[in-house]
Order: sequence, then structure tokens, then C-alpha cells
Amino acid sequence: MKRARVAYAGAIHHATEQDGCLRLADGRRLTEDAVVWLPPIQPGTIFALGLNYADHAKELAFKAPDEPLVFLKGPHSVCGHRGQTRRPRGVTYMHYECELAVVIGKTARRVAPANAYDYIAGYTVANDYAIRDYLENYYRPNFRVKSRDFATPLGPWLVDAAGVPDPMNLPLRTLVNGRVTQEGNTRDMIFDIPALIAYLSDFMTLSPGDIILTGTPEGLTGVEVGDEVITEIEGVGSLKNTIIGDPEGSNVG
Amino acid sequence: MRLDCGNAVYGVALNFRAELDSLGEQLHRDPYKKPPVAPVLYLRPRNTWNENGAAIRLPADAQELKMAGTVGVVIGAGFVAAGFVVINDVSIPHASYYRPAIKQRCRNGFCVIGSDITDRHPGEIRTWINGELCCRASLADLVRPIDRLIADIGEFLTLQPGDIVLAGEPYDAPLARLGDRVRVEIDELPALENDVVAEVASK
Repeated sequence: MKRARVAYAGAIHHATEQDGCLRLADGRRLTEDAVVWLPPIQPGTIFALGLNYADHAKELAFKAPDEPLVFLKGPHSVCGHRGQTRRPRGVTYMHYECELAVVIGKTARRVAPANAYDYIAGYTVANDYAIRDYLENYYRPNFRVKSRDFATPLGPWLVDAAGVPDPMNLPLRTLVNGRVTQEGNTRDMIFDIPALIAYLSDFMTLSPGDIILTGTPEGLTGVEVGDEVITEIEGVGSLKNTIIGDPEGSNVG
Repeated sequence: MRLDCGNAVYGVALNFRAELDSLGEQLHRDPYKKPPVAPVLYLRPRNTWNENGAAIRLPADAQELKMAGTVGVVIGAGFVAAGFVVINDVSIPHASYYRPAIKQRCRNGFCVIGSDITDRHPGEIRTWINGELCCRASLADLVRPIDRLIADIGEFLTLQPGDIVLAGEPYDAPLARLGDRVRVEIDELPALENDVVAEVASK
């Protein structure tokens, strides 16, 4: 089952996927461009992983970490499918990051890796944009780089765990204006999904709605105002986002 | 103060002048290379939210905990401070600010949030361990005063009504051990009082 949250005709609806269309709970069927897509769940705590693919760590000239590099994002950082993300004026390097997002389905504390999949509600696609101009070496990657308003598209769907039988073997890729710029496979994660759930739940409680963005493989390129960026993962979804600029005359950092 | 999972509680490191100054020349060396430009934020996720009188659990992998009594600035409509609450921002002591200190800060119950809100601008934070006054911090000694802190954060993320921003960790915030009683006071607000107890397997 694939589930979405959408705004339509003045209200927020839960919808499911049916024959390539959206089906609202009351039975109305809509095309994907007839609605405003919201993130498929209202996120609890949002975890993200840095340097969790060996090739990407190498690309950034880091050795692979011996412990997961985890950072957090605020609840207002997300936006839905077909959303827009702002590239501030004057920025020199903003890049996408295609990531498999794991949504926790039940309270998890001290979970063994062998049982970790029991705690997953489902999966969605994330695009964990970064603006490297703002990178600082304090709690790096810092919030100004990674927790900006609407700079973490999520969606389109929450795909039930049962619908993704082998999440550790999924091709993922990014297209910028239709051209493939990033390709990888979730099997190349350094810390796999069970290891991440075991690691986090060892020192804190995970709750339903918490989301883990599992990191990105190599293949980062800059994006510019007007670019259409699609991050997609086989069997999970294809998430579209458009880069917008600052309105004329605005002076927001 | 009642929060739901749509709210965010942001901590700010290195916002007390003495704390930042204590790093001295280190701010210019590896791994930092230069002093911070933007506010140094960390998130207090919902599993850390705790209340007055409840236990602070000492994790099995820690000997002592830092008790950073501080002010929580509650955001109101119009993205300005609507009020102030008492906070005890607990962490496992750690020296490095280089990587996000998730494991040191995000333990269950590590952010004690007072339930009473005042609109009077806070003056002094006092932290007591077992009845002994261990730390006095004046809100006049912030690198970024509260209004500027809120404005500077607002340049890159929009604070929503009900979000809380912690003013900073006082320099020399005391350490507490198993069995200690920790009290945090700010001016006339009701104090927070919490005991440090052993971690239990189910929590």
C-alpha cells in the first residue's frame, strides 16, 4: 500500500495510490497534478546520516566513520512532492542528496539488529539538500546547511514496509532537468538499516513517526534556480522538486 | 509548557561569552578553523522532553551529567518571544563541538522544561546541587542577546509559535552524579527540581 497526504479543495486528505492515480478516503480519484502534495507523514524526530556510503565519504575526502554520523533536522525543514526549495541569492554551491527514508512504526528501545525491521512502518524518498556555503565546523553539518525551511522534500508516498521486501538492495538515482547525475544502490550503505535502528535505540527511544534519512551515495552536483530535481528509488517513489530563487527586492539570508 | 510533536526545541551552544572565550585559540585551529558565524544549534528531540520532579536517568555509560540550567524562549505569534520558561538542559560532558553531540545530548529525559511561563525578561539563572549553589549565570553575558538570537536563527529557519529556543549553556555548568538533587531557578519563576537516578532497563 502506498499512502499520501494531500491538500485538495480546501482540506487535508489521506490518499492511497490506485492505478497511477490518487484515491481519497471518500473515493474521489484525482490525478497527481490536481492536488498539493504534503510530506506523507507529519514527522516526529528527523534523523539524517552523513557519510553513510563509502563512495560518498571518499568523494568528500573523508574516511568512512567507525560510528554512524547522525544529525537532526527540525520539523519545519520538510516539504512534499512537487514542492519548491529556495536557493538563496549569492550562494555558490547547493546540492541535492537522494536518500532512502525509513519511517518508524512502533516504539523502539534497545532493539537488536535482527529484530529491527519489526519497528519500521514504511519507506519514502528524501532529498536532503545542502548549501555548502554555510558549512561550519561546529556540530557539522550545522543547521544553517541542513535544516532550512522546506529544504528536505519527502515523498511522494509512504510505502508500507511489506511493499519493500528488500530495502537494502534498491537502486536510487537523481535526475536534474531529466539528466541522470547520481546513481547508487542502498546495498552500499556503511551502516545498514538494522544497524542504524539498533544504534539509535540503544541510547534513546524511537517513536512512531520518527524518520531516519539513511545517507546518500556519490554523484553530487550543484543545482540552480529553475532546475527540476527528481530523486527516485526503485519501488519506493519518484520525488520531484523545483529550485526557486529569492523574490525581487527580498533580502532574506 | 505543553509541547506536541510539531514543536521544536532548539539548544544553542557557545552562546555564553565565558564559554566561547574559554575555547580561546582553539577556535582558530583544527577542526574548527575559525570562530562560529551562525548560532551553533542543536535539537532537543521529543524523547528528551522531561518535567519538573521527574527522574533524570544516569545512563549506564556515564559517570556524571552536565546540568545546564538555562532560559527557554517560547516563540509566539509573529516569531517573537512570547515568554520564558526554566530549562535544565542535561548532557553527558563532552569536549568537542565538531560533530553533532547526538549521543551525549539526546538521551531520554535530558531536557527538563518548566511548566510556568513568564513574560518578564529573565535576569539570572541559578543552579543548585544538593542544596549548594553551584552556578550563577547572568543573561547579560550572552554572545547573542535573546532578541538577536531569535532573529539570527530566523534567517535560515522559521521558528513556529510554540517552539522553544534555549539561550545557551552557562560556562561552568555543574556536574551531577547518581543520587544528586538538581535545582534550577530563574528569578521568581517556580524552580525545577529533579533527582539523578540510575537508568533502568525499560527506559
